[in-house]
Amino acid sequence: MSLQDNQSFAPDSAPGDEQAEGHGVASAVLVYVIGLVLAIVLTATSFYIAGTDLVWAPSIPVALVVLAIAQMGVHLVFFLHITTGPDNTNNVMALAFGVLIVVLLMGGSLWIMAHLNHNMMPMDQLMRMQR
Amino acid sequence: MTAVPFSSGRADPNQVGNDQAGGHGHARARSDGGPAPKRIVVSYGFWIFLLSDIVMFSAFFATYAVLVGETAGGPTGAQLFDLRNTGIETACLLASSFTCGLASIAVSVRNRMWFYAAMAVTCVFGLAFLGLELKEFASLVLRGAGPSRSAFLSAFFTLVGCHGLHVSAGILWLLTMVAQVFAKGFRADIERRILCFALFWHALDIIWVALFTVVYLMGASR
Repeated sequence: MSLQDNQSFAPDSAPGDEQAEGHGVASAVLVYVIGLVLAIVLTATSFYIAGTDLVWAPSIPVALVVLAIAQMGVHLVFFLHITTGPDNTNNVMALAFGVLIVVLLMGGSLWIMAHLNHNMMPMDQLMRMQR
Repeated sequence: MTAVPFSSGRADPNQVGNDQAGGHGHARARSDGGPAPKRIVVSYGFWIFLLSDIVMFSAFFATYAVLVGETAGGPTGAQLFDLRNTGIETACLLASSFTCGLASIAVSVRNRMWFYAAMAVTCVFGLAFLGLELKEFASLVLRGAGPSRSAFLSAFFTLVGCHGLHVSAGILWLLTMVAQVFAKGFRADIERRILCFALFWHALDIIWVALFTVVYLMGASR
């Protein structure tokens, strides 16, 4: 087994692993500081957008969702240390499956229930028919 | 035809690398020999649990999103939510997530004093978050907007309360970890538990991001 092979099959890293060995404490702290600053900026933007009249009102929920997803990404990368490196493939695959289930569950529920509401007879008419 | 790699039945057809011979030279294990270290197996398993927890929360989120308009003539989110309170709660949880990260750095460099200090700050911010949330719940119930008022409020208390229960469990776990480090030091098994705790605490913050966006900010601007 050559050296090349050893490098391409690096050991897995655990989710949440610091990988601080050999890089010093300062750079490990710096990762958390960058994450904190990005999270603060995104959170402050969310709270500002929610209460402002500056942007077109129907765009506010979309902007909030985008900001929230961006902030979740920041937390995953800088706090949970989920990366795209080859040592993280298992963690990313599990995350992708989780996201798939979450999207199916939430999107499916909202879609089906909106259709049901749309197609259901108004409640007062329904009550009148049952009398 | 001398270099047929797997000639015997006990070979490793899927190259998972659990080859007993170890240095056989053909089993291209990810870590080059033997199963992954326990630290990776444990935290990967906990990662799977966290994802299943997030799936459970997504069911509560879907319930809330479906029921958000069903106020039964009662108060709506825009009338009930106090965004200043939510902002302070968010700041507390974000700060505690940051100090929790500092605590795991302290573990990796084996510094007990920094570990205790970071965990204490994490605990204080977590308790502040819980206190603010309980205060909000109490004031809602006093104003007649308890969980039994409408389907919207039932879904609200279920979703936010479930997150609050997770934070409470996290604080108990935090205190347990501090006590274990105090009594046993940075042993390998204690270290794995701290890694899992840090993952749990950061995941709670991720769920809170979805929560304050979907429930509070969208509710207040609706």
